[in-house]
Amino acid sequence: MSTATDTSTEVTRADICVVAVAECFRGDGEIIGSPMGTVPTIGARLARATFEPDLVLSNGESLFFEGTHRLGARPDEFAAVGWIPYRQVLDVLASGRRHVMMGPVQIDAHGNANISAIGDWAKPKRQVLGSRGGPGNTINHTTSYWIPKHSARVLTAAVDMVSCIGYDRAAQVGKAARFHEVRRVVTNLGVLDFESVNGAPATMRIASVHPGATVDEIVANTGFELIVPADVPETRLPSDEELRLIREVLDPRGMRLREVPA
Amino acid sequence: MADKRMTPEEVVAQLSDGMTVGIGGWGSRRKPMALVRAILRSDLKDLTIVSYGGPDVGLLARAGKAKKLVYAFVSLDSIPLEPNFRHVRENGLVEAVEYDEGMFLSGLRAAAYRLPFLPTRAGLGSDILKVSPHLKTVASPYADGEELVAMPALNLDVALVHANVADEKGNAALTGPDQFMDDLFCLAAEKAYVSAERVVSSEDLLKEAGCFHTLVLHRYMTAGVVETPNGAHFTECPPEYGRDEAFQKAYVTAAGDPEAWTAFEDRFLKVADEAAYQAEVAKFREESAK
Repeated sequence: MSTATDTSTEVTRADICVVAVAECFRGDGEIIGSPMGTVPTIGARLARATFEPDLVLSNGESLFFEGTHRLGARPDEFAAVGWIPYRQVLDVLASGRRHVMMGPVQIDAHGNANISAIGDWAKPKRQVLGSRGGPGNTINHTTSYWIPKHSARVLTAAVDMVSCIGYDRAAQVGKAARFHEVRRVVTNLGVLDFESVNGAPATMRIASVHPGATVDEIVANTGFELIVPADVPETRLPSDEELRLIREVLDPRGMRLREVPA
Repeated sequence: MADKRMTPEEVVAQLSDGMTVGIGGWGSRRKPMALVRAILRSDLKDLTIVSYGGPDVGLLARAGKAKKLVYAFVSLDSIPLEPNFRHVRENGLVEAVEYDEGMFLSGLRAAAYRLPFLPTRAGLGSDILKVSPHLKTVASPYADGEELVAMPALNLDVALVHANVADEKGNAALTGPDQFMDDLFCLAAEKAYVSAERVVSSEDLLKEAGCFHTLVLHRYMTAGVVETPNGAHFTECPPEYGRDEAFQKAYVTAAGDPEAWTAFEDRFLKVADEAAYQAEVAKFREESAK
């Protein structure tokens, strides 16, 4: 059995991804963190349990809760302190007090993301969800993305439908897009952020590579040209306390390993 | 005061071909499925369905009842993709209008307020504006001059919603964790019909509802009340019941295969009435329990 002290040999890629997700929320303060998916949810809860205590989190349904709770905790297991039905989510997000982490089906170099349909939208090859809240999220507040399997099919030169706007689209919109920020893209291979060169709309850059992955692997599995700094740092490892929280408190059933197999 | 109690068939008789029908709930949550099933059993056609979509959208589209779908998403929640929605979209069988969830809300509000549109930032820069060329932007008339989306009113001929409990006059309570946009659907519609798990006397409504904050559907909003126990099945209707995950899974499996889908339709949808549907669901549960 793993313990909190034998971490040097047992840190999984999934643990590293959780911490990289948590880092996306660093500095956010007292706003709503809205993680979509397993690793994002564990990561946001980890951020609040450690360095970002003011973050406001819901159970993924309609209740804000305080405290540090496992994935899938039932409403009677936590202190519910706020009621946040969907209508209020849509009202609050327009006020900007939110940072969402979504899972795109496709994303391009500028951070335009598709969650709607693959192929021609009029008669798609593969219909997925529809654009959901993507357009409103991305023009109103900070957005990050989580991609459990980094591939050139997902990180692609051109997305089929821009559900969620990236830096070039925001620049075209101008003033009304002043709240737009795509902060980071966390994948199973590394962390990507955005850099503007000579005032042009920002494009994706390798911010760090996860221990065990390589820059070449990231480049080979990306369908567009990335900005690759001369020295790409390694994504930081979880601390002992972070590992303990992930394994014993937030995700004792190891759901994160289903998204990022060891 | 009018007794507004009706049967699902009597609600359907108020509808006509080509109408725009708004459906409350969200995804696979508290959908007025008994009323949707009554439409499936009818001759109605060419409907425009306006919905935060779940199996209501999938079923009506697959059955050829819908000419046009207006949605921000269509999902079964625990199963992200709606198989019948996929079927009609990937085969080009239906006209589609896709909005952002917030745009959709602005459209319902505009209709409820009897305004032609409401401005919103949502949608700007996205391909929502490209695939829906009917959408226009509007410039703020004030000093800021900001250019915003003019989200058109989602005016509805009819709204269908499902409540936990109602009285015979058309007051109803939404007692679960999320009331979604059901009251706005009712206000955005010429006529709204509410189905409910149970219909009680007005004297008992608050007691049955548990809390006055749940009494959000009022009789001036609703033209008819239908008592449909388990009427949101197979979507969830908390606190009465959760989603019937086994049935939803069977629905998804059947939708993926033409023969299996015909068998599913014959068994569950092409039946005499809602009672016959519920009887088949009870049998399905017994079979699943074995």
